[in-house]
Amino acid sequence: MNLDFSDEQKQLRDQIRRFLGEKCPSSAVRAVLEGPESYDKGLYRGLAEMGVLGAAIPEEFGGSGLTHLELCVVAEELGRALAPVPVSSSIYLAAEFLIQAGTPRQKALWLPRLAAGGSIGTFAMSEGQGRTTPARISARVEGGKLTGVKFPVADGDVADLAVVAARDEQGRLSLYLVELAAAGVRREALESIDPTRGQARLVFDRAPAELLGTKGDGWHIASQVLDRAAVLMAFEQLGGADRALEMARDYALERMAFGRPIGSFQAIKHILADMYVSATLARSNCYYGAWALVSGAAELPVAAATARVSATTAFQHCAKNNIQVHGGMGFTWAFDCHLFYRRSNALALALGSQSTWESLLIERMSAGNAETAA
Amino acid sequence: MDFEDTVEEAAFRTQVRAWIDANAPKHLEEELKRASFGSNGVVSEDPIAAGKAWQKKKAEAGWACLHWPKEYGGAARTPIERVIWGQEEGAYAALTGVFTIGHGMCGPTVMSWASEEHKRKLLPPLASGEHIWCQLFSEPASGSDLAGLRTRAVKADDGSGDWIVNGQKIWTSGAQYSDWGLLITRTNPDVPKHKGLTMFFLDMKSPGVEVRPIKQVNGQSSFNEVYFTDVRIPDSQRLGDVGQGWEVSLTTLMNERLSIGSGMSTGFPELFRFCMDAEIDGRPAVEDSAVRSRLAQIAVRQSGLKYTGMRAISALSKGETPGPENSIGKLVAGATMQDLSMFALDLQGEAGVIWDEDSPQQGRFQAMLMRSPATRIEGGSDEILRNIIGERVLGLPGDIRVDKDVPFKDIPTSGRKKK
Ligand SMILES: Cc1cc2nc3c(=O)[nH]c(=O)nc-3n(C[C@H](O)[C@H](O)[C@H](O)COP(=O)(O)OP(=O)(O)OC[C@H]3O[C@@H](n4cnc5c(N)ncnc54)[C@H](O)[C@@H]3O)c2cc1C
Ligand SMILES: Cc1cc2nc3c(=O)[nH]c(=O)nc-3n(C[C@H](O)[C@H](O)[C@H](O)COP(=O)(O)OP(=O)(O)OC[C@H]3O[C@@H](n4cnc5c(N)ncnc54)[C@H](O)[C@@H]3O)c2cc1C
Repeated sequence: MNLDFSDEQKQLRDQIRRFLGEKCPSSAVRAVLEGPESYDKGLYRGLAEMGVLGAAIPEEFGGSGLTHLELCVVAEELGRALAPVPVSSSIYLAAEFLIQAGTPRQKALWLPRLAAGGSIGTFAMSEGQGRTTPARISARVEGGKLTGVKFPVADGDVADLAVVAARDEQGRLSLYLVELAAAGVRREALESIDPTRGQARLVFDRAPAELLGTKGDGWHIASQVLDRAAVLMAFEQLGGADRALEMARDYALERMAFGRPIGSFQAIKHILADMYVSATLARSNCYYGAWALVSGAAELPVAAATARVSATTAFQHCAKNNIQVHGGMGFTWAFDCHLFYRRSNALALALGSQSTWESLLIERMSAGNAETAA
Repeated sequence: MDFEDTVEEAAFRTQVRAWIDANAPKHLEEELKRASFGSNGVVSEDPIAAGKAWQKKKAEAGWACLHWPKEYGGAARTPIERVIWGQEEGAYAALTGVFTIGHGMCGPTVMSWASEEHKRKLLPPLASGEHIWCQLFSEPASGSDLAGLRTRAVKADDGSGDWIVNGQKIWTSGAQYSDWGLLITRTNPDVPKHKGLTMFFLDMKSPGVEVRPIKQVNGQSSFNEVYFTDVRIPDSQRLGDVGQGWEVSLTTLMNERLSIGSGMSTGFPELFRFCMDAEIDGRPAVEDSAVRSRLAQIAVRQSGLKYTGMRAISALSKGETPGPENSIGKLVAGATMQDLSMFALDLQGEAGVIWDEDSPQQGRFQAMLMRSPATRIEGGSDEILRNIIGERVLGLPGDIRVDKDVPFKDIPTSGRKKK
């Protein structure tokens, strides 16, 4: 039994942590929060040059040909650093859609560009308020032209390519590749609770669209890719949860009140212990998800939902309590607590909300059996 | 990332599985699977005798206390082999629950602190299930604050070197059927509290030992009060030096928290099965979205505990020492069981109040409701565990203490408040 990363993977983690320590301090995150750019271009280029964007992309398509385990390691570090880059949209989603469902030509056209960071991809499914279900998708493709409105689309303001869920001529849910620079695409950047990551509304009016995968297979492919992305996203959330816990711990050691460090008050100590518990449970569940992701296990749908629900819980729990432990300082713009609070709540909604994943987990368990999680 | 055994581990597992298959008391399997809280489930015969018989059989074939040295009744196996044995023993492990305290805590303490002669005398019959041990630590005035205990041991004035013990222990699990007890006493009240303690082991049949069962919340009486009236203990039964009792007790308490990979169950599979069977408005409860959210939260806690245990096993398998993450086990499991039982009763509607054979799963959730409060207290309460995580794992400062460096006799207690 080895439910752990290998020594080489741990070295990769150290390397990325050092790189991000240098290239992605909180000032870099704040530059995106407060500035006009919706992501850190230099950082994204640096990640591409290190080969980490293409970690799980096959070598023949310009990737490094490593495994998704290395990508999990990368994701955790990006989460710790709150990296303001579109990796989840472009790599966990767009590239994964192409790997899973693309034709050789589609792969050869797009994967090298996504791996090199020269192009950014995203996934456009939601069409507004409420949980996304197949019935609620009304975007439509007729004669190779897409019409409809998608929002929110993560990184939709900067993406070059979108994988769009829409209906074909027969009304079947299918997936299409759409170049966002093409005529018939209008995009509007949207304000959000976490401006360190871009959000947009994409309005398609007879925009050229190319089928991805088989017609009518859209929901099926999307579910598979979302499960894979959910594991990677869970690692980002885990990284964020751990870092928020460390910040709170460090502050509790340093801040004095009533003549003693606040970490010596049980009220604070027990909050921190509970943060540790939720982060530890999430880590163990993430490793289970990572195992299912790389081993092609039949229980991936259960493992992915487990990792996702657990990591969302942990990140939200750690980020909100990090503010609590910081007292009034935690509520200031100047302290970094809010960056984690924003990200934790934004990621909790990306790829489908917590209650959606909770419901999926139990639905999947009842389809299989409860023993998988017991 | 894999769940595979190494070649050696797989070979060992095959061997264990074959032996268990050929030797386990299969006629008890059904009853054992129904084991609920605070009992091993055996009703068709004497549950303690059944446990002793299984332990004896294991010992004769070399499967008892796997990680103990052979000369003390063990099998000198590696920690990972012990874990594999536990996984394969499965439901039959419940049979030998009466030895948990002896094998898990008292035995290791004796092994670290007793003379060679005593180790060879005491440990083999403990390993083979002939003797049951209990832990005589907690007292009415000292539970979490163990070092505040008051049971006195004083040297006999007859020159024999024996000790005379007077006082009272409480919450002693299994004292009513134990052969030996591990007893911590105060030998010097004039020094600070941690410095005046001394550990002994004693024959529970010694004159002056009186065991009185305590009726618990759930109606059972697994724990007891134990009274000592002029109980005489030979000095040779002392473990560690006079005044070294606190250090000795730490061996016991460390072992109490070291049950690696046991992956405490929270009862999730049973709850899930119940939610598949129970109905809300004519549809399976498991299809209700509110039920799904609650279930999912419990599911990920259960699975988090399971894989946390597996991470610890991974470390063992590589010959490493598991990290501190295992300290979360009982803290998570206790609270989860309590939540889970309340949720299961809620789904039963008004009938959830009824606790009889016709209740879903023979009243399993009602039994859990009534037993789970104890899990949050025994062996270190939730609050003490949070202190341990905060201080030992996260490195936060300890509480400011009013009982340090003060002679024990001057410390305020519930019965002796400071004026
Ligand atoms: C929006 C806002 C408006 C405010 N307006 C005003 C105002 O108008 N006037 C004004 O004077 N102040 C104001 N304050 C300040 C506010 O009263 C303090 O922030 C608050 O008292 C906490 O103090 P602190 O920020 O120094 O945190 P700390 O005292 O440093 O607390 C840090 C953490 O330690 C915990 N802690 C501290 N001591 C203990 C203890 N003994 N036991 C357990 N836990 C402990 C706290 O609960 C907190 O979680 C405002 C604060 C905010 C956020
Ligand atoms: C089913 C069961 C079986 C048991 N079996 C045994 C046995 O075999 N042998 C044995 O020796 N003992 C046994 N115990 C006793 C057990 O170890 C004690 O009950 C436990 O240590 C708590 O002590 P207490 O009951 O005196 O509670 P107290 O220590 O009085 O605690 C009361 C409350 O105060 C809290 N508290 C106390 N100190 C602190 C602190 N520093 N910070 C924050 N909160 C604090 C506690 O968490 C608790 O909520 C058993 C208990 C149970 C319930």
